[in-house]
Amino acid sequence: MQKNTAGAMIELRGVTKRFGSVVANENVDLTVRRGEILSVLGENGSGKTSLMNMLAGIYFPDAGHIFVEGREVVIRSPKDAFDLGIGMIHQHFKLVDVLTAAENIILGLPGKLVMDMKQVKADIQKLLDKYGFDLDLDAKIYEMSVSQKQTVEIVKMLYRGAHILILDEPTAVLTPQETDKLFQVLRNMRTQGHSIIIITHKLNEVLSLSDRVAVLRKGRYIGTVDTRDATEMSLTEMMVGEKVVLDIERPDPVNPRLKLKVQDVTVVNKEGREVLSHACFEAYTGEILGIAGIAGSGQKELLESIAGLQHLVSGSIEYTNRKGHIKELTKMSAQKIREIGIRLAFVPEDRLGMGLVASMGMTDNMMLRSYRKGRGFFSRRKEPHDLAERIMHELGVVTPSIDAPVGRMSGGNVQKVLVGREIASSPQVLMVAYPVRGLDINSSYTIYGLLNEQKKQGSCVICVGEDLDVLLALCDRILVLADGHISGVVDARTATKEQIGLMMTSHEQKEVHA
Amino acid sequence: MSAVKEPLFHVVKRDNSSFLRGMLVRLAAIVLGLIVCAVIIVLLTGMNPLNVYAALWDGAVGTSRRMWITLRDSAILLCIGFAVMPAFRMRFWNTGAEGQVLVGSLATAAVMIYGVNLPPWLLYTLCPLAGIAAGILWGIVPAFFKAHWNTNETLFTLMLNYIATQLVAYCIIFWEKPKGSNSVGLINMKGKIGWLPKVWNNDYILPIIIVVVMAVVLFIYMRYTKQGYEVSVVGESENTAHYAGINVRKVIIRTMAICGGIAGVAGYLLTAGVGHTISTGLAGGRGFTAIVVAWLGKLNPFAMMLVAFFLVFMQKGSIEIASQFNLNENASEILTGVLLFFILGCEFFINYRLEFRKAEKEEAIKA
Repeated sequence: MQKNTAGAMIELRGVTKRFGSVVANENVDLTVRRGEILSVLGENGSGKTSLMNMLAGIYFPDAGHIFVEGREVVIRSPKDAFDLGIGMIHQHFKLVDVLTAAENIILGLPGKLVMDMKQVKADIQKLLDKYGFDLDLDAKIYEMSVSQKQTVEIVKMLYRGAHILILDEPTAVLTPQETDKLFQVLRNMRTQGHSIIIITHKLNEVLSLSDRVAVLRKGRYIGTVDTRDATEMSLTEMMVGEKVVLDIERPDPVNPRLKLKVQDVTVVNKEGREVLSHACFEAYTGEILGIAGIAGSGQKELLESIAGLQHLVSGSIEYTNRKGHIKELTKMSAQKIREIGIRLAFVPEDRLGMGLVASMGMTDNMMLRSYRKGRGFFSRRKEPHDLAERIMHELGVVTPSIDAPVGRMSGGNVQKVLVGREIASSPQVLMVAYPVRGLDINSSYTIYGLLNEQKKQGSCVICVGEDLDVLLALCDRILVLADGHISGVVDARTATKEQIGLMMTSHEQKEVHA
Repeated sequence: MSAVKEPLFHVVKRDNSSFLRGMLVRLAAIVLGLIVCAVIIVLLTGMNPLNVYAALWDGAVGTSRRMWITLRDSAILLCIGFAVMPAFRMRFWNTGAEGQVLVGSLATAAVMIYGVNLPPWLLYTLCPLAGIAAGILWGIVPAFFKAHWNTNETLFTLMLNYIATQLVAYCIIFWEKPKGSNSVGLINMKGKIGWLPKVWNNDYILPIIIVVVMAVVLFIYMRYTKQGYEVSVVGESENTAHYAGINVRKVIIRTMAICGGIAGVAGYLLTAGVGHTISTGLAGGRGFTAIVVAWLGKLNPFAMMLVAFFLVFMQKGSIEIASQFNLNENASEILTGVLLFFILGCEFFINYRLEFRKAEKEEAIKA
């Protein structure tokens, strides 16, 4: 083993972690230098998150050694990690909604009986200024946008003295502008001598942000390269182990006909707030309609309204079948829509809470769509079982067994199971929310291919996405949502990322476009 | 050289545990449990634990009559367990089996008393039907409210138990026999009209057969039918059920009707087959013990069989220990508790193993 610990902040040697028969990490060596941004890249299930969780004290390695600043350490709990200056920002934030930003930041830290909040806030403000954060310390978490919550998480770690930050897919929920802001802050931190590890799937981000890239494949460490020597192609090859074509195909719509006509649809949430306001749009056969917007701008409600899972305050939804007959779906439940013979497939954002049953295996989850088939009292298991096997092989789902609970699979595999099932029903309308969220590059392209195939077969495809580059390359038209309002529909062949980014933040443009 | 001490051991999930290995671990757990119980017996009472165990065995299955009674009572307890199992699969916390059994018994008793002159075939059809119908009614009322207004089913079913008890108390006043005894006595003692018949000249076997058949049917229902599948989906996530187009309200009400119906059968068996009477204490808390049976059996009908038998076995044995050694019945409850602790605790070792500090291993290799 080469001794290259001079500038090493963290060094992993031979780290191994298994979950039952599944190997998450095998014999991984990894070095993080002082004052650098290191990207950790890998396909789904390649063990990036589990490796980082071992640094953050969430998992305990089965074998191997961890060195921090040249000293061997044992990290048994998140507290041990904090003490070593390691802070991890998880994909799911761990904040208390009803407390303010400042309160969340100091939560759990030892202090005197009576706290001097003024002093505390002044201290935090110094941190904010030092790195260029933009944050209102008195705002409550529930009033905040996702990107603000993320800022609170990062500041929380810094306030605890973390000088090694791990970010797990931090940009997945951000707009392009917010991403730029985050990257600027991360660069400031690097200048101050912090080490930053970032997990991401987006190669353009890797290239623009990081100093070095470490690649994992199937739990093994493949190597680390300097970013300046890397290209999207070379990184993909390292990740996948073979050459891949990185172009999203976009065939022209063939003979588009009106499929769905949504008029004046309004939905309110439990608190009575309008989460979707007077939405009007049309969707056609043979096209992919993209939906862009900051997370929580009404995408979920829009799709669920069409799927018959939302109560509409006003408005109507009309479906035109192949013969040109119009059917009104407005007040229909999901059950009713299926009963009248409309094949509507839906990949909801909440995979395990809505699209799948976490505790069931693949076969039983296939049955969710098909268990009613056939006469009689008994459910048929043969077809769902065959379908499950087919999806497992065609989409490369990694699971210990076809009957292992899907809830234990990695996020990307869960996704493949769900998307695979929905497409298998050869739908007339296919709605997918974030179909490639958390998926690696290879699987993502498989999914794009599947969506295009549906488009060519004359389905009406509606795709909610977060990566604007992808939406612009894949879709025919893009509908932009801002805070529950449709701020416009643009032609994906001519629109630019900046234009859409602007429309995502202000719906005043609605008047202009309407 | 390490700055922080490595923990003494950490938990590792087993790759795949074979069936045989699982059984051996469970057997070892029972043996260990018995040894610990023996130590407790010696420390507390100074008696020979083997004698106590022998008495326990003797009390539960020592004679053929005792064995049949233990088996029959296990069957009844199991039947009540089946009355909560489908609801639990659906995450509907049915704590009302006690009341559902009682109203089943009450309806059966009513038919036996008022239908004493009916032709036998009609009486033998009406008795179980009345019991089942009453159980269903007691089951679907809370289900209906849960389905439509999302009321709390735990409280609702629990309260219905009290109503059932009071209803029985009220009817006993009418049916009192002899007058002033405040009890109903054996119903239709003369001619045993409406009583569960003997099979193969055995008083005890019919309830057992009924419950075993029920176990097989329920196992198939839960695992292989469309309705059973719907129950599992609703239990896991109502959102997913809506998404899949399952009518959640219908499933809740239908499943509770099944649960209530099964409880009604248990009530029928208790009145027509076991006690031949009706009293407020007829169910005797079994509606709650049944919850233990269902969960310890992991909601699997066949595993529940073993649990029900174990609980009844210990209970019957305890009566014998109490009379032979002057130990009160709590002694047996201590033994039951210790044994359960070992049996449940061993599940952990079936699924996980402990990996001890590696330093020791490495040193061992060096040495």
